[in-house]
Amino acid sequence: MTAQATPLTAEQVGDANIRLRVTRSLLRFNTCGSVDDGKSTLIGRLLYESKALFDDQLAALAADSKRVGTRPGELDYALLLDGLSAEREQGITIDVAYRFFSTDKRNFIVADTPGHEQYTRNMVTGASTADLSVILVDARKGMLVQTRRHSFLVSLLGIRHVVVVVNKMDLVEYSEKVFRDIETEYRKFAAELGLPAVTVIPVSAVNGDNIISPSTNTPWYQGPTLMGLLDSVDVDDSRLQEQPLRLPVQWVNRINHDSKNLDFRGFAGTIVSGRVHKGDTIRAQPSGRTSKVARIVTFDGDLEQAIVGQSITLTLEDEIDISRGDLIVKADAPAEVSDQFEATVVWMNEAALLPGRSYLMKIGTKTVTANIAPLKYKINVNNLQHLAANTLELNEIGVVNLQLDRPIAFDPYQVNRDTGGFILIDRMSNDTVGAGMLRFALRRAQNVHWQALDVNKAARAAIKGQKACVLWYTGLSGAGKSTIANLVDKKLYSMKRHTYLLDGDNIRHGLNKDLGFTDVDRVENIRRIAEVAKLMVDAGLIVSTAFISPFGSERLTARGLMAEGEFIEIFVDTPLGVAEQRDPKGLYKKARRGDLKNFTGIDSPYETPAKPEIHIDTTKLSPEEAAQSIVDHLRARGLIED
Amino acid sequence: MKLTHLHRLEAESIHIMREVIAETEHPVMLYSIGKDSSVMLHLAKKAFYPAPPPFPLLHVDTTWKFKDMYAMRDRVAQESGMDLIVHVNPEAKAQNVNPFTHGSVVHTDMWKTQGLKQALDKYKFDAAFGGGRRDEEKSRAKERVLSFRSAAHRWDPKNQRPELWRLYNARKHRGESIRVFPLSNWTEQDVWQYIYLEKIPIVPLYYSKLRPVVERDGTLIMVDDDRMPLRPGEKPMMKKVRFRTLGCYPLSGAVESQAETLPEIIEEMLKARTSEREGRMIDHDATASMEKKKQEGYF
Repeated sequence: MTAQATPLTAEQVGDANIRLRVTRSLLRFNTCGSVDDGKSTLIGRLLYESKALFDDQLAALAADSKRVGTRPGELDYALLLDGLSAEREQGITIDVAYRFFSTDKRNFIVADTPGHEQYTRNMVTGASTADLSVILVDARKGMLVQTRRHSFLVSLLGIRHVVVVVNKMDLVEYSEKVFRDIETEYRKFAAELGLPAVTVIPVSAVNGDNIISPSTNTPWYQGPTLMGLLDSVDVDDSRLQEQPLRLPVQWVNRINHDSKNLDFRGFAGTIVSGRVHKGDTIRAQPSGRTSKVARIVTFDGDLEQAIVGQSITLTLEDEIDISRGDLIVKADAPAEVSDQFEATVVWMNEAALLPGRSYLMKIGTKTVTANIAPLKYKINVNNLQHLAANTLELNEIGVVNLQLDRPIAFDPYQVNRDTGGFILIDRMSNDTVGAGMLRFALRRAQNVHWQALDVNKAARAAIKGQKACVLWYTGLSGAGKSTIANLVDKKLYSMKRHTYLLDGDNIRHGLNKDLGFTDVDRVENIRRIAEVAKLMVDAGLIVSTAFISPFGSERLTARGLMAEGEFIEIFVDTPLGVAEQRDPKGLYKKARRGDLKNFTGIDSPYETPAKPEIHIDTTKLSPEEAAQSIVDHLRARGLIED
Repeated sequence: MKLTHLHRLEAESIHIMREVIAETEHPVMLYSIGKDSSVMLHLAKKAFYPAPPPFPLLHVDTTWKFKDMYAMRDRVAQESGMDLIVHVNPEAKAQNVNPFTHGSVVHTDMWKTQGLKQALDKYKFDAAFGGGRRDEEKSRAKERVLSFRSAAHRWDPKNQRPELWRLYNARKHRGESIRVFPLSNWTEQDVWQYIYLEKIPIVPLYYSKLRPVVERDGTLIMVDDDRMPLRPGEKPMMKKVRFRTLGCYPLSGAVESQAETLPEIIEEMLKARTSEREGRMIDHDATASMEKKKQEGYF
């Protein structure tokens, strides 16, 4: 690469006006309220007053207002914010939209999120990056259930500045009493929630009262205007700068023989709290190894120090093993490390949370597997009551215990959003299905240590002259899983193999007799079977499981419990029509009559395995032929020898 | 120490790029030679320094860009040390698709939308960085930083993943690809200020100069080469003009301006009363046209 020109510093900018522009700070805020509260009008007013709207945009807005506007003859600012045409027809905003405006002091990014009940997901998304929240209250209506809900979410997301805009003051004749009553009630509620800094402002967005300049209509109000407050409020950077260093490693930058013929190994990431100086002693977590910062490398030259918010690359004095997902911290102020947590989870997907199912969890730059066990309770966002629950639906919020497949370094969310906030990803759909906030570690991870056993799985299998594995049969009811599994088991037994068969008879009637057939129970059923199978593999056995196991996600989890090559998925493939015709237990008939609910293939889905190790087409093979082909396959894989 | 808005935007863009290269297999950066592309490329150099950006540049060429743009493209690619892939839609070339006989809708669809899809399929890129900004256009304002496309390159605005904090979920199914917008939160003002401070080279067409233009349908079009058919009575005149946004020369409206330097451009932008898209003719085609084009696979 050619050397780059040295960037200008602000001091080198000759033009005073431009110097002012380039030294502004950034404030991100979100708005909570419904269209009825005049929220869109308020944002439109802020954009208009800060001259963020161009003439052609205003012309388009005027045309749109005439065509589909809700207020004849006036600019309908709501139309500026409802970007997508489908939503325009519905007359509502249904997602998060980002808007931009600036003053002489600051640039602003507004996350506009709707206030309707079913859109908790969007509000949480918009609030996750906000430094400040604006909550709208209609002066005529006062505090509503939605005001409480928005405030709760704002406190949950750890936003430190709340501005309550009491809007439509013009419609209550700018009454001080109306305003003070709302203010008093809100401050009491904010104290209960523990919201730290609250400002309440009387406003008329339509008329522009107390937006830019103090209104003569509210001589009794001495506080800041909305724009005045947005311009001057202290953003979170200064608090985070004082905290200890946290740098999630995004990428290891490795160059063999750079221009000076030296090997380069740098750790790239964005600092999410604190600062780092050249020469500082740092610690890599979770490993705990320490080293010293050799260089803080940037494209514009090495730095002496870097602070929260900067994206940088560190090199270290020692060759210690650090990879993507690790956390670099100040050596004497490390993060906690644990693999079990209590966390608050906001569910964001149409498919409900299923406790027992394992999800991918991305926190910082690390992705791990998380099991939710158990769901402790869900929270009624309207009155903050705790409710017993065994699942979370879209837009519901719950408190859960999380169990990870390995320890991670973290801080509680209320201390640091970036080292305590996480998303949950469905392993099959790849969707972001939930967002969560770590509250604290359940100390069990440090207290319970695995008993190191000298007699291990390999030793136990070896004494039996075999390799341990799971033959995981899956398929519709009546597909022939148990029949084929029994035949295979007999063949293996006759070959003097040590086996065990788990099926409906010995599991559903015993270990899992407390479980029914809802999705939640099905997931738990398979989780227990997978864990039992794992113990048996550990004991050196060849284990067969013959269950419908309809969901790909649970089969993937079961696979993840076993070592590489130990999990043999056998798809017993029988078309629904054929299985229904066989109907050995008369279950399909019952299900068709409606006497049997949640029956796989009828009113509960079966997710076909994408890449099973063995695929048995029962319309082509007899059970005996199928069993023989499975045994042949195990032999070919080296799992059994003659 | 305080970070300015430009520091924060820069850090965010770098963070996004690093996340994407860590979590995808075959990323590419779309390079359109305009000011946003120039800023994006500059940020990529910063993100991976001292290594060069670990992906190639892709220019989906329409053969109708300004001559100055082609010169800039080849110089920049050479200086960056990155591979430059130029894709020209062979079908559009065979049919000699152009804005004059086919109109801007067909022209844009064939060269840009179809051309982009062909290139991504041909090289099997699973993530493509683009310089789109949320302040540009209404439908962009709601688009995610990581925007997923089906195997057929379709965008489903109703079914986007929530993006929280600094966490980006880049997991995708086979065949799906991601359009990544590291400049999502930048505004036109931010881009110009950053170009000025960072001394980022840009195409000279952004600076005002006497140029041959004709006024057509209320827009000043520069006569960049002899492929442009003049209508009866049209005669190129020399005017002092510059461009706020660059694309195919017959579709890029020039603005009369005295701004010959970056500070002058920034000052002019501060007083500007029209949006940059005004000079871009393809946005006027139909209501919600950008959203429609995006759903069909336009960047």
